[in-house]
Amino acid sequence: MKSLDELKELREKSLKSIQTRSTDNKPRIIIGMGTCGIAAGARKVMNAILEEVKDKELDIVITQTGCIGMCEKEPLIDVEMPNKPRITYGHVTPDNVKEIIREHIINGNIVESLAIAKLES
Amino acid sequence: MERSIYRSHILICGGTGCVSSGCKTVKVALEKSLKKFNLNHEIKIIETGCHGFCEKGPILVFYPEGVFYCEVTPEAVDNLVEEHILKGRIVEELLFTEPITNKNIPSYTEIDFYKKQKRNILDNCGKIDPESIEEYVATGGYESIGQVLTYMSPEEVIDEIKQSGLRGRGGGGFPTGLKWQFARKSESDKKYIICNADEGDPGAFMDRSLLEGDPHRIIEGMIIAGYAIGANEGYIYVRAEYPLAINRLQIALNQANDYGLLGENLFSSGFNFKLQIKAGAGAFVCGEETALMNSIEGKRGMPRPRPPFPAENGLWGYSTNINNVETFANVPYIMSIGADEYSKVGTENSTGTKVFALTGKINNTGLAEVPMGITMREIIYDIGGGIHENKKFKAVQIGGPSGGCLPEELLDLKVDYDSLIKAGAMMGSGGLVVMDEDTCMVDVARFFLNFTQSESCGKCTPCREGTKRMLNILKRITSGEGKTGDIELLERLAKMIKKTSLCGLGQTAPNPVLSTLKYFRHEYESHINEHLCPAGECKDLMNGYIIDDEDCIGCTACSSVCPTDAINGERKEVHTINKQLCISCGACVTKCPVDAIDQA
Repeated sequence: MKSLDELKELREKSLKSIQTRSTDNKPRIIIGMGTCGIAAGARKVMNAILEEVKDKELDIVITQTGCIGMCEKEPLIDVEMPNKPRITYGHVTPDNVKEIIREHIINGNIVESLAIAKLES
Repeated sequence: MERSIYRSHILICGGTGCVSSGCKTVKVALEKSLKKFNLNHEIKIIETGCHGFCEKGPILVFYPEGVFYCEVTPEAVDNLVEEHILKGRIVEELLFTEPITNKNIPSYTEIDFYKKQKRNILDNCGKIDPESIEEYVATGGYESIGQVLTYMSPEEVIDEIKQSGLRGRGGGGFPTGLKWQFARKSESDKKYIICNADEGDPGAFMDRSLLEGDPHRIIEGMIIAGYAIGANEGYIYVRAEYPLAINRLQIALNQANDYGLLGENLFSSGFNFKLQIKAGAGAFVCGEETALMNSIEGKRGMPRPRPPFPAENGLWGYSTNINNVETFANVPYIMSIGADEYSKVGTENSTGTKVFALTGKINNTGLAEVPMGITMREIIYDIGGGIHENKKFKAVQIGGPSGGCLPEELLDLKVDYDSLIKAGAMMGSGGLVVMDEDTCMVDVARFFLNFTQSESCGKCTPCREGTKRMLNILKRITSGEGKTGDIELLERLAKMIKKTSLCGLGQTAPNPVLSTLKYFRHEYESHINEHLCPAGECKDLMNGYIIDDEDCIGCTACSSVCPTDAINGERKEVHTINKQLCISCGACVTKCPVDAIDQA
């Protein structure tokens, strides 16, 4: 180790390895993984999200939840930006994922065409 | 190629406590289960150091949700993965249940055991993989040594440590900055830094958990100390009974060497530092610094007179600075937040936090880090969850065999170096053994003296012969053959041994006897004068048990546990104990739902 800069570089590189363990002030994607969600293809959506997050090098929380009662609209995903209301998207397909992540997570705009509910945080 | 994004991390506790409760088999089951559900590419398993909550092991924490599962069995793993990871449902039956409110608590931070703690030094334990230097660096590790070597002079480092008020965490509580200053000023061709990891107190495991859970923190603290006093070489003296700690420490040393965080010209400052592990054979006396140095030199682990102190004449005759594991663990933290901020926690003369190992008759056995100045009551009841099986608290032994027993009247005593000394105990390394109403205090004194007696190295007469005499008297009292004058004789011997022994082992060995005599003298007296053990623990003093015929409800619980079939009686009728057959084991007493059984 030659300098503080070199250490800083190593730290930034290493931060990725533990970022999943902190949830403070991060955007969250919650995927409905009840039986209904899984049957409607939630796993494929989950995989697409993981791919996209890796691709764009995003630091966000990806978590799952059980059935919330709107089985008809599955696969459902919720997106919650820090200190913003939680938006539910319905009938999400792996193809929609890119758009949701780009528009909502990166640019901060709700994708109106897919959004079906809003939950005040 | 490892995938860089895992949506979830499962942290499995790999401390010695959880290893013995079976975390390894749980880990194997978990790996298998993730494969089975085809999740092994999106979920990462990390084996961490001790979470501190050893009572409830094996412990698993699921991130990002931070859900805390305890007492997980290999059989429960499949369901846990399917429910939590696949379907997003929390598995209620594996959550922690608060002993007082009977509530299930999902989140780590909401559990009472953790809420009252202040985990500054244990922060990484249970959060990072101790075998990965990258994870330590990611939490800000090695930043302190980088700053120190880039911007500070050794004198400035010593001043900072002095100002922080840090005192030795190994027992005596000597100001660390002052100790470093002595070593700095001492003239010597060569200097050494030693980390004393010879943790030997019965029931103490703070240092082991730190070494297992966050080894790089200790290494960083030692490099800072080395720079401060001008030492280029260091030893970590750790007992061979800590194989996991040694293993993780060795991995950490190799990683630090690979990254050039140990070795030559660290941070281009011209400062060199190398470190090695010395495994000790586990003699208690080697926790004494001069005996420890003898042991490193390959000699018999026996103490030598002080002065000269190690700062002047230490390892191989060179100036040496010895600190305890927890003391070193505080150093990078102090340098990163600054002395002023550090000294805001704790009391005026005891700053910062202290890690305690909670053991004995307490609900939440484990490791707890608390601010200095907290009361014993808060540690035992709020963090420790109170006494096992709702029994009555009797005493707490603090400071191991060198410390003392504190009674209930002192539960509100503030825990810091000076008030503990005043009360006849000492901080020691931080072992807390909690005792309930069924513990005989004379027997406790006998237990600790038996320990120090067999660990006495035999070099000086007061310790070698004196502790043996004291132990014989205690054995006599607990076997019902105590004589008038025994108490006075114990006191005389104790004072003599304390005054004349060569090292700390002998000087503190009588403490458990003196403190139990101070607070529980009546128990000694009733053993000697009435041939009675009030707690019912000394079997030689027992005359069996009797059942109160007014209280007995005839439930038959007692007769079903009696190992000698000494209890007779029909269901719903009063039971009686046959005196000839009763062996005073007390099994019936613990079973009786109406407390109808008493000593005869």
